[in-house]
Amino acid sequence: MDITTPPASAAHGPAIQVSGLRKRYGTKQAVDGLDLQVERGEIFAVLGPNGAGKTTTVEILEGFRNRDAGEVSVLGADPATAGRAWRSRIGVVLQDSRDQAELTVAEMVKHFATFYPRPRDPDEVIDATGLREKASTRARQLSGGQRRRLDVALGIVGRPELLFLDEPTTGFDPQARRSFWELVESLRHDGTTILLTTHYLDEAAHLADRVAVVRDGTLAALGAPDALGGPDARRPVVHWVEDGEPRAERTARPTALVTSLAARLAGPDGELPGLRVVRPSLEEVYLDLIGAASPVDARAEEPAPAAARPTHEEIAR
Amino acid sequence: MSTTAGASPTTGAGRTPTSGAVRLPGTLRLGLDRTGVELRAFFRERDAVIFIFTYPLIMMAIFATVFAGQDQGTADASVPFAQYFLPGMIATGVMLTSFQSLAISIAVERDDGTLKRLRATPLPASSYFYGKIGLVLITTVVQISLLLVLATTAYDVPMPDDAAAWGTFAWVFVLGTATGAVCGVAFSSVPRSGKSATAVVTPVVLVLQFISGVFFAFFALPSWMQTIASLFPLKWMAQGMRSVFLPDEAKVFEVGESWQHGATAAVLVAWLVVGLVVGVRVFRWRRRDDG
Ligand SMILES: Nc1ncnc2c1ncn2[C@@H]1O[C@H](COP(=O)(O)OP(=O)(O)O)[C@@H](O)[C@H]1O
Ligand SMILES: [Mg+2]
Repeated sequence: MDITTPPASAAHGPAIQVSGLRKRYGTKQAVDGLDLQVERGEIFAVLGPNGAGKTTTVEILEGFRNRDAGEVSVLGADPATAGRAWRSRIGVVLQDSRDQAELTVAEMVKHFATFYPRPRDPDEVIDATGLREKASTRARQLSGGQRRRLDVALGIVGRPELLFLDEPTTGFDPQARRSFWELVESLRHDGTTILLTTHYLDEAAHLADRVAVVRDGTLAALGAPDALGGPDARRPVVHWVEDGEPRAERTARPTALVTSLAARLAGPDGELPGLRVVRPSLEEVYLDLIGAASPVDARAEEPAPAAARPTHEEIAR
Repeated sequence: MSTTAGASPTTGAGRTPTSGAVRLPGTLRLGLDRTGVELRAFFRERDAVIFIFTYPLIMMAIFATVFAGQDQGTADASVPFAQYFLPGMIATGVMLTSFQSLAISIAVERDDGTLKRLRATPLPASSYFYGKIGLVLITTVVQISLLLVLATTAYDVPMPDDAAAWGTFAWVFVLGTATGAVCGVAFSSVPRSGKSATAVVTPVVLVLQFISGVFFAFFALPSWMQTIASLFPLKWMAQGMRSVFLPDEAKVFEVGESWQHGATAAVLVAWLVVGLVVGVRVFRWRRRDDG
């Protein structure tokens, strides 16, 4: 029997603390000076496009990859050297999995429960992850969404204090994503701290208490989902048509701009051609943060992507 | 989660014990659990069952049937074909259930993420390897037992009746299994992917069978081939098993007209040590391309 006493600091302080984290692959700087702090009990999302360095960061926190530089503390320990007792307190859901295909759902969940000192009841975990009907199905016969639920079941059966979810819903249909979100929210009720990576803005906005937007391995923004980018990012954009050309301008004082435009350009009917005043949606703020497209361009050139949140902030004329 | 909240008084944010000890499950008990899971996975994998577990039984049946009534040997001395063939099949079976089984399964587990997933849990590395040892021991013992039963009942191969022969059987069996297992763990790092594992491991095992006196009588092979085969464990395991199942006079067929037990032990131990050193150095829980 291994008997290990967790460090006294274990239950105090943030769940995760990262400063100046760096990791390079050849010439590619995958993580370039990242600072993060995740509080106990919160759902924290690391949001960014593919290749932003999310997996690299999470796998360093899980103890799988070595860092080049930076301070990392996860549940009070350095993941690079932490041992079994520390592993029994975290849950890991990796980005992709296709392993142990010949075992059934129930066999795997029950087997993994034996690894931990205070596991959850495997049957309750199977019920909670919605896998009851699939309990005696072999892993290879599960659909993508069921497979992902099994990954989560294996990640939580040890009753982790801290759960890592790396892109848990990539490839899900909308309904599967919804029910997955409910599962994650129920874990929060249980007090589990969750670090989630995703490239779906709506997922981060729906689940996370706080979001870190990463881009090229650096932090582009940090905060509650609806405050991302700060007030500046939410300044409205005025669109109009001048000389047959669509024009747009971001301004803190849209009324003044519209008034001056109207004085200059309004037609005989007093209307300004193509006038729209748009407050950037969260989607647009996000796209701006990751440098995918500026909100002004995105609005002027093409409709927002299908995945956009409802643009309820749009101020119709 | 809501369904488990309240299932235990320790749920909730503050459930970390800040004082007192966390008792982690024992390494040996986890090794037993792993053995059960390994066995289940092994016997559900059709390829493993056919090409690792039943292969020597099938080969024994085919060859002993085709060459029924024929003898292996020279004009001076000879033994029935099945009797000469059995020791080679035992040696092959041991190599398959230890070396081939682990080389392929660990390569696949590394590639498909099983190893990484286990590494993310508090399962100790030693428990994982205890599980592999359990798998190898049980599959090998059952396989060789079935092979012996098949050989005596269907093909009238006589079993040795003195304790010394069974003693030789025991140490060749145990040492051969251990060497095969350790070399299998080390060799699992050679295939570049799980898909290629079978294609990389099987030819090695097959070539060894042809040059080590398994399918062809060892004395009938060209001497350069005998020399090459002598570098590898299979030849020595087969020879050790012949010393168990052939009459003592049959040692005139052997190189040097001796069973060479000393050399057998030395070569097997040498491979065991090399396999251990290399295995410990090259073993990885993750794919090469993974971080
Ligand atoms: N093992 C690796 N070897 C080389 N480059 C890698 C490796 N892992 C990640 N990278 C590179 O580092 C960058 C960040 O990758 P990753 O952390 O997987 O991003 P994300 O998870 O946000 O999609 C990418 O450019 C990726 O190509
Ligand atoms: Mg990733």
